[in-house]
Amino acid sequence: MAHQMEGLIRLDGLALAFERDGTRTEVLRHLDLTIERGEFLALVGPSGVGKSTVLRVIAGLAHPSSGRISVAPRADGTPSSVAMVFQDARLLPWRRVIDNVAFGLERLQLTKSARRARALEMLDLVRLEALAERFPHELSGGQRQRVALARALAVDPDVLLMDEPFSALDPVTRHTLQDELVRIRAATAKTVLFVTHDIDEAVYLADRAILLSGSPARIADERRIDLPHPRRRDHHALVAATEHIHRRFAGDSYADGDGV
Amino acid sequence: MARVNRLALALLGLVVFLALWEAAPRLGLVNPALVPGPSSLPKAFVKELISGNWGEAVVGSLGHYAVGLVVGIGLGAIFGILTGMYRTIEALTAGVIRVLRPVPGLAWVPFAIIWFGVSPAAAVFIIAVGVFWIVFFAAFGAVRSVDRDLIELAAAFGYRSGWARLVKVVLPAATPGILVGVRTALGQAWMSVVAAEIFGVAGLGQRMMQASSLLASDIVVVYMLTMAALYGLVDIAFLGLSGWLTRWKA
Ligand SMILES: Nc1ncnc2c1ncn2[C@@H]1O[C@H](COP(=O)(O)OP(=O)(O)O)[C@@H](O)[C@H]1O
Ligand SMILES: [Mg+2]
Repeated sequence: MAHQMEGLIRLDGLALAFERDGTRTEVLRHLDLTIERGEFLALVGPSGVGKSTVLRVIAGLAHPSSGRISVAPRADGTPSSVAMVFQDARLLPWRRVIDNVAFGLERLQLTKSARRARALEMLDLVRLEALAERFPHELSGGQRQRVALARALAVDPDVLLMDEPFSALDPVTRHTLQDELVRIRAATAKTVLFVTHDIDEAVYLADRAILLSGSPARIADERRIDLPHPRRRDHHALVAATEHIHRRFAGDSYADGDGV
Repeated sequence: MARVNRLALALLGLVVFLALWEAAPRLGLVNPALVPGPSSLPKAFVKELISGNWGEAVVGSLGHYAVGLVVGIGLGAIFGILTGMYRTIEALTAGVIRVLRPVPGLAWVPFAIIWFGVSPAAAVFIIAVGVFWIVFFAAFGAVRSVDRDLIELAAAFGYRSGWARLVKVVLPAATPGILVGVRTALGQAWMSVVAAEIFGVAGLGQRMMQASSLLASDIVVVYMLTMAALYGLVDIAFLGLSGWLTRWKA
């Protein structure tokens, strides 16, 4: 049964439209997308193209008007799970760092001390164990995103959904966190679906990058980046992939008249 | 202005106020029977204390106050939160609220007396009605302005039922807003206590009215100051509690 299904997540003919003041905006129309188990897939595209919408559909936060999402179950038959990291961290301001990380654990059958232990382990993974007792307003933007990442990893999801998690950070912090993500991903072997509007970032991190473009969004380009981690940012293969997507990105924007 | 300076000026103002107050009856500017000087108050206070009237009145008033607050805050918060969380409930209650809300709290006195007689229950009812509306609107507004993104976050982590949303996000996020309402309610409720007791329910207000009918103006002033002091204590205690509850705020 599970064998005939290709990929961990499959989107089949996904369509979604927003209705506002009588006008209908088609964001997605017949989108097909497969995410393989264990891969790092980047979804690139201009702002407003529908990247977040795709993630929200996968996370069950938005419902497509037609099409199917299938998520392959785990080897033991239990359903696979997803966890999300948002662009704005979305920490709960009234919870200390450690309790933010434990947030998703509270609906599992775990004792308080087990939740705490798991949260500390995740804080250790993102190198933030020293700040466990702080409140979110006492953290920098980069530290907040580390907490958000730890919170998502804490529930041990099969798929990590990341929605422009580093785009609000300064360039130095962004590079640091990209490298941290590479390290953590190698350590946890997570399947990652990473949304960004930054092509360099997509190419640097991902095994495969997909360019979404147009309205309704369609797949305008797809690149496989077969380069082991850790990567050099100026590696010619990355530069070539970036160039290619850039050209598609620019060409499509002009064609559709929705400049970036 | 430096803190010390401000404190010194506040004390100076208080001393001048007391001096003028003391001087007016002594210099025959006003009738001492109508305006008792501050120096006559300790004696009056000790008399009330020894007779047991003071303690009984304080206990009585604080009792009505506490019960009225608990009932009013509890119901106001529950209904305010539900109305804020569910559009259907908001629509259902909109008409009733429009009719009942403009009724001043003291306009409930006749019904309080018809339903409960001149009894502590009547005082509690009048206090609770006033508190209810204040806390209801504070809770409603606070819940309505909870960040939608945090609710989405909760959903993303599997907290999708109304109860899970309430416990994980809505209640903690709305707490500061609800507490602002509660603080207003503490003052409003204290006024209701005195009003209810002036209508005859046993407590500070009633004892004050008895004293006034005996022209014991010094005792009236003792109770006025008692009310001010009790309210000040309650407010300080509340600020401590609410500061602790919202210690996560920047
Ligand atoms: N709740 C909503 N109501 C109406 N339109 C929306 C809503 N959410 C998103 N959209 C529209 O859908 C399109 C895609 O949005 P989004 O997926 O957030 O884009 P991206 O993440 O690629 O920037 C945008 O044009 C946006 O205006
Ligand atoms: Mg987006």
